[in-house]
Amino acid sequence: MPEPIDLEYDVVADDYQTAGEASNNLKETLKILGVNSSICRRAAIIAYEAEMNLVIHAGGGRIVANIDENKVEIKTIDQGPGIPDIGLAIQEGYTTAGDHAREMGFGAGMGLPNIKRNADVFEIDTKVGVGTTLRTVINLKESPI
Amino acid sequence: MTLDKIARLIGAKVLCGEEKLTEIDAPRAYACDLMSDVLALCSPAALLITGLTNIQIVRTAQMLDIPGVLFVRGKTPMRDTISLAAESGISLIISNMSMFQVCGILYAEGIKPCILSNGGE
Repeated sequence: MPEPIDLEYDVVADDYQTAGEASNNLKETLKILGVNSSICRRAAIIAYEAEMNLVIHAGGGRIVANIDENKVEIKTIDQGPGIPDIGLAIQEGYTTAGDHAREMGFGAGMGLPNIKRNADVFEIDTKVGVGTTLRTVINLKESPI
Repeated sequence: MTLDKIARLIGAKVLCGEEKLTEIDAPRAYACDLMSDVLALCSPAALLITGLTNIQIVRTAQMLDIPGVLFVRGKTPMRDTISLAAESGISLIISNMSMFQVCGILYAEGIKPCILSNGGE
């Protein structure tokens, strides 16, 4: 890859029609860059679950992706309610999602566990009442672009 | 098994992507209404079988390179769901049978489950 690429997307709260557009755009960009399909899927799952968290829980936010020859870094930044208990939030099956999210097929308590499973680096910085920043990295060294 | 043959086995109607049905090979399937479970456990190239019809079904399929989605219980998806699938090259088929029925028929015909992360199927 000749130059690092930075992507940024605004995600709107409670908008289930456009939710997923940002993640699909990120995935398509990675495909165009020639990233192998397994890495593209891992990045897409991370981005999509994080995007849905912004839509469902956080009152919207931003997705920032930085791609270079070594890594795909995906961050989400929001000013939502924060996560009171991260240990609970990353347990499979734990959820605080409402009925509408469940009707759409989300809110099964698998979002953060799915993100963690697909990331080589997984970091959450959260403060109740202030917001949450999630940072993930997928290493590309074993699967060079 | 091609999506074309799958559709014939369960009497499914094609909603979009008919021209691709004979090209799409789905050796495995995953049946679920929880999209995060699909994201966690569905294999690429598998057929997704679901009773949900909203646009996020197609988004989920996009993320995982799922080539086809089968809607059960005769529930027709909304127009924007079909439009997004058509734009994305994802074939949609719909059956009046229940999820249990289609799973039983397709399993008996040799469609395999997706391999779960805990090693099971």
